[in-house]
Amino acid sequence: MSRAACISLSGLELLPDLAGALYVPDFEALLVADLHLEKASSLARRGVHLPPYDTRATLEHLSFSLAAARPKRLILLGDSFHDDEAHLRIDPSDIAEFARLTRGIDVIWLAGNHDPSPPQALGGHFAEEIALGPITLRHIPAALAEEEFEIAGHLHPAASLAQRGRALRRKCFIGHERRIVMPAYGSFTGGLSVSAEPFQAIFPDGRFDVWMIGGKAIHRFPAGRIR
Amino acid sequence: MDDRPTRLPQVFTDWFRTRGWSPRPHQLEVLEKAQAGYDVLLISPTGGGKTLAGFLPSLVELTREPQRGGIHTLYVSPLKALAVDIARNLETPVSEMQLPVRVETRTGDTPHSRRKRQREKPPDILITTPEQVSLLVADPGAAHMLKDLRAIVLDELHSIVTSKRGVLLSLALSRVRSLAPQVRRIGLSATVADPDALRAWLTPQQGENQRAELVMGKAGAAPQISILKSAERVPWSGHMTRYAIPEIYEAIKQARMTLVFVNTRAQAEMTFQSLWTANEDHLPIALHHGSLDVGQRRKVEAAMAAGKLRAVVCTSTLDLGIDWGDVDLVIHVGAPKGSSRLLQRIGRSNHRLDEPSQAMLVPSNRFEVLECEAARQAAAEGAQDTEYPSVLKLDVLAQHIMCRACAGPFHPDQLYGEVKTAWTYRNLTREDFDRAVEFVTNGGYALKAYERYAKLKPWGDGELRLTHPRLAQQYRLNMGTIVEEEMLKVRLASIKKRLGRRVVTGGRVLGEMEEWFLSQLSGGDTFLFGGEVLRFEGLDEFGALASRTQASDPAIPSYAGGKFPLSTYLAERVRKMLADPKAWPALPAQVRDWLSVQRWKSIIPSPRQMLIETFPRAQRHYMVCYPFEGRLAHQTLGMLLTRRLERMGAQPMGFVASEYALVVWCLRDLSLLISTGRLDLAHLFGEDMLGDDLDAWLAESNLMKRTFRNAAIIAGLIERRWPGKEKTARQMTVNSDLIYDVLLRHEPQHLLLRAAWDDAADGLIDVHRLGALLKRIRGQIVHRALDTVSPLAVPVMLEIGKESVYGEADDALLAEAEDELIDEAMRLV
Repeated sequence: MSRAACISLSGLELLPDLAGALYVPDFEALLVADLHLEKASSLARRGVHLPPYDTRATLEHLSFSLAAARPKRLILLGDSFHDDEAHLRIDPSDIAEFARLTRGIDVIWLAGNHDPSPPQALGGHFAEEIALGPITLRHIPAALAEEEFEIAGHLHPAASLAQRGRALRRKCFIGHERRIVMPAYGSFTGGLSVSAEPFQAIFPDGRFDVWMIGGKAIHRFPAGRIR
Repeated sequence: MDDRPTRLPQVFTDWFRTRGWSPRPHQLEVLEKAQAGYDVLLISPTGGGKTLAGFLPSLVELTREPQRGGIHTLYVSPLKALAVDIARNLETPVSEMQLPVRVETRTGDTPHSRRKRQREKPPDILITTPEQVSLLVADPGAAHMLKDLRAIVLDELHSIVTSKRGVLLSLALSRVRSLAPQVRRIGLSATVADPDALRAWLTPQQGENQRAELVMGKAGAAPQISILKSAERVPWSGHMTRYAIPEIYEAIKQARMTLVFVNTRAQAEMTFQSLWTANEDHLPIALHHGSLDVGQRRKVEAAMAAGKLRAVVCTSTLDLGIDWGDVDLVIHVGAPKGSSRLLQRIGRSNHRLDEPSQAMLVPSNRFEVLECEAARQAAAEGAQDTEYPSVLKLDVLAQHIMCRACAGPFHPDQLYGEVKTAWTYRNLTREDFDRAVEFVTNGGYALKAYERYAKLKPWGDGELRLTHPRLAQQYRLNMGTIVEEEMLKVRLASIKKRLGRRVVTGGRVLGEMEEWFLSQLSGGDTFLFGGEVLRFEGLDEFGALASRTQASDPAIPSYAGGKFPLSTYLAERVRKMLADPKAWPALPAQVRDWLSVQRWKSIIPSPRQMLIETFPRAQRHYMVCYPFEGRLAHQTLGMLLTRRLERMGAQPMGFVASEYALVVWCLRDLSLLISTGRLDLAHLFGEDMLGDDLDAWLAESNLMKRTFRNAAIIAGLIERRWPGKEKTARQMTVNSDLIYDVLLRHEPQHLLLRAAWDDAADGLIDVHRLGALLKRIRGQIVHRALDTVSPLAVPVMLEIGKESVYGEADDALLAEAEDELIDEAMRLV
């Protein structure tokens, strides 16, 4: 059933999966953005008692993505934790599960605005931003330098389109030939419509494609087809 | 009980006489029973002096023993607009008799200053809404404020008890009773099929079968109901009733003032616009529905009261309300769906009991002709639908526990006992109660992650108390059981050219519309709203922007079926009428012909049978069945049947449900499968489909997500979105669909999932009714294999393509959208 979706950036092949990860075969790297681990327990501090299973659910997705791609390195594009104290609340079983999943894999944490300095507890390296060949990976999309390519997160893109009188809204990848913004990966992360102002700022001429994440396949649409 | 005189005090008898009235027997009977200390249920038609009957015991008591400072009587009315009118009406006897009685109102709109004053100097009679009773008992000062309370009067009780509002109110009443055990309750109700349920609801349950005393008012004159016998052709399907507009207009012209009732906002818009086009005499005709701006609605109501209008097109927003005196005709456009609703709506005209109300029913299609005729006969007999009070809602219980905690520390044992005195919770188990307390405390999850963030903590002798006063504030903002669809404001756009660009800015607010509807419009789409054709310009952070347009053919909101399903009682009558050709002469000739041809080409089933027809058409094979159980139950049946047909290898492609019938289409030849015994209809429609098939479907169904959201808001798991607060709220909230997915996977037995399932079974998927259907048709299925579509099947066949195929086809739609693009791109010319 699955359609072989492929996004190309700067001549590199990028393979999105149904959980919202992006695999880069040339570098054997799996990219994920905006896990927001421990979002539920963060809200619980203010008396909102959402199911305390969001970290577990997100790691479950991650195990699928890792099993399918079998990467050498895992790069988390920031906002991996919902706040700076999340590592104090995360359940030890979840830490163990993360260690099990990433055994033998290089883990690189990029800084996000929610987690400017990701905790040491889960191991791995830390960086503000890094280069993956010709592509810069960072959390917040930046003004592109000449000849620069970028993959970023932060904005939680989601797109909707109308088909047969039904409005369909899905998390999505959004991009053009210079830049890709990844969907939020975390199980309790919502989406921001790609028609919202922050996307106009980084795609000022309104020219972009989206790759909407369906239940069985990734579906690509040009900006003109979505709303 | 006591030896006080039950006679009316002189001042009351005099007052009745000066007005040329005498107290009605049921008013005196209520007075007598209330004075003897009983709870009383008064059932009486509109215009029977019901409101005064409710107040009379309090007025008499307050006259004899002027009040000592606390509230004496709470009068609870379901509509806040009504509260003000009732207070005004009550002022007349109070001031004319110069009674020492102070009357005030308290609703969600009452300013803070007045609430404060009411606390310091309570009125004798407080007229309020169900939610306000909960807020009253949530107040730490509740015990003091209610110490002198003697009576609670519950208006429109029949309408309150069928919803979660009633369930919440019943819990608040159980609390009031603990604070003021001497209180007697008086329930006022329209005629209902089963008064005993209301009598039990009304009174505290301690022993077996406790019931309030029953007083019956005198029935009014039977209404005169006609069905429009149109000279035009009655359509085969559809709900817009355009064919009858000239005849409706003519009827409005003949009457003094007409209420035109419809079932949905879309029908209201359509009917109003068509009438406006037909309005050559410039009659003042107005529109009234729940999405219009409140100010605009109040204007219409005021113009109505002042007799300045000739007609108002309205939805259920005007089902309840005070008398407008001058209404002399009620027109019901579309089938009324239930006998009780029809009687209630007809009661809106001519409030004088001794004169019959006038009403005309306008069916919008052929099946509705049958339904209207059934409703007409039922209403003429005064027969009511049976509507059961809503009971034992776990989400509402959670909200009430929070309410109790806001008032101060409580002991769970004591609260459990108190809650059980409410008839609605008489069967609550201690286990479920404890789970609800745990839910309020820390979310109630098996994984104990939130103990340090608990909302309740132990205190003293096994008591529990709030951990932070902020929680009480949160409760007050989020309490209540009415969860609106997510609505967006619609504003009039002003469009300017600036530097060659089209700049759209927002202006006056026109009203609100459902977000799901607006979210499927694209710029330039036209739609009907507030009686105008609007052009959708786009969304901004405050809502939708739209401009006026000259377009005459708007993209009308897709008719999402009636808001109310066909009542069980009426469905049975329709089946009987259909089965009995002797009843057909009451029907218009074109409908008679339709049924006669059906009898010739297929069969007319007997009332107990269910007919199933199979026939081929354009490469597909159709199966149509006629359960007459309402669209919701049919949709559920359709979902489950397609799953089963899939397993049986019939290759189902889709289905469409109407109020009366269900059609499923498949790739395989159904007639052949049935005749060769490879498809067994009795097995296909077996009652076991409500087991595993139902569970499997529901788990992945979007419907559960909707009921889950409502339960999560009512139970206090997620907060309501308040206008203006959306931005900050977004930081705090998580989409309820995501919560549902995670909870279902990791804790499927959670209290909120049970609450959501319970709601879905009652409402959106109507499992109870489907279960009754499957039982009814056991051994009663008749099958006809036909060469072609039958007359009876035509209406539901016409719905195919209009109604989007229901279900979980989202992924298919996404794929289809993408394929269309690919096809377009690959086309060579």
